[in-house]
Amino acid sequence: MEILYEPWPWYVSGPLIAMTMTVLILLGKRFGMSSNLETLCSMGGAGRFADYFKVDTQPRRWNLIVVVGAILGGFIAANYLSYDSQVAISDTTVEKLELLGVKSNNEAYLPTELFSVESLSEPKTLLILIVGGFLVGFGARYAGGCTSGHAISGLSDLQLPSLIAVIGFFAGGLIMVHLLFPLIF
Amino acid sequence: MRSILYLLVGIFFGIVMFKSEAASWFRIYEMFQFDSFHMYGIIGSALVVGVVFIQWIKKTNTKSFFGEKITIQPKAKGYVRYIIGGSLFGLGWALAGACPGPIYVLVGAGYWPILVVLLSAVLGTFCYGLLRSKLPH
Repeated sequence: MEILYEPWPWYVSGPLIAMTMTVLILLGKRFGMSSNLETLCSMGGAGRFADYFKVDTQPRRWNLIVVVGAILGGFIAANYLSYDSQVAISDTTVEKLELLGVKSNNEAYLPTELFSVESLSEPKTLLILIVGGFLVGFGARYAGGCTSGHAISGLSDLQLPSLIAVIGFFAGGLIMVHLLFPLIF
Repeated sequence: MRSILYLLVGIFFGIVMFKSEAASWFRIYEMFQFDSFHMYGIIGSALVVGVVFIQWIKKTNTKSFFGEKITIQPKAKGYVRYIIGGSLFGLGWALAGACPGPIYVLVGAGYWPILVVLLSAVLGTFCYGLLRSKLPH
């Protein structure tokens, strides 16, 4: 039991993610965590602005139930399955982060510079979160899927489009971290 | 009944995402710095198991739990939308340190600023819908 409260190693987590996908397929559905953003738009009346959102959301409701579950899962894991939530990233990464001015590593699950309520009053922090979220939403729909839909589901099904999308994910991520982070932070 | 199953799958997924640290901004940064095998191990081992499961479902024509035929839709063909959309997604993934699944998990974990990320992700989705016909795909 003790081991449950520690961070889970990759060789446990990876297969469990594959199991999540498989169970959803065996339930007659699919594993994708970004299409629900589209469903939320449709339910919020976005169909008045673009035909893209004029869809019957009823057949997509199941995906929103999965989302509610994921929120509950996050709550359970953070509150009942963890002693503390610090992340033991590698020493080299810690050094690089300190150069950027991110010093909350090894004491929190997320950098407090970005994800503490106090830091929200900082316009720069707010802008980072807004731009980051916007690109995630815009990019995921443009590419027709995110990490779960392409990197896990699509690649597991040996889909070439998903491979191209994942190459794109990494191209974007590497540009952000290596070229843009030094300018942003 | 089915709703309860979807909810349970979601809860399971949420716990795995949090406990694997795939929902941590630090792990995403570390991955793009190639400083640790952790994230590559997660994605890689998920893929190995995932490929085997999907091949098994396809080869054996396994029926769903409800006795229905399983169809796994292939992704639409194309290049432009995947490379441009994918790169934009990657920029956001590295900046916010969270992709859509972890965004929800972090809402549950109580990191309230992630709600800003979630709302702007919805806004990004909405803007894509508005601009869709004008974008190359």
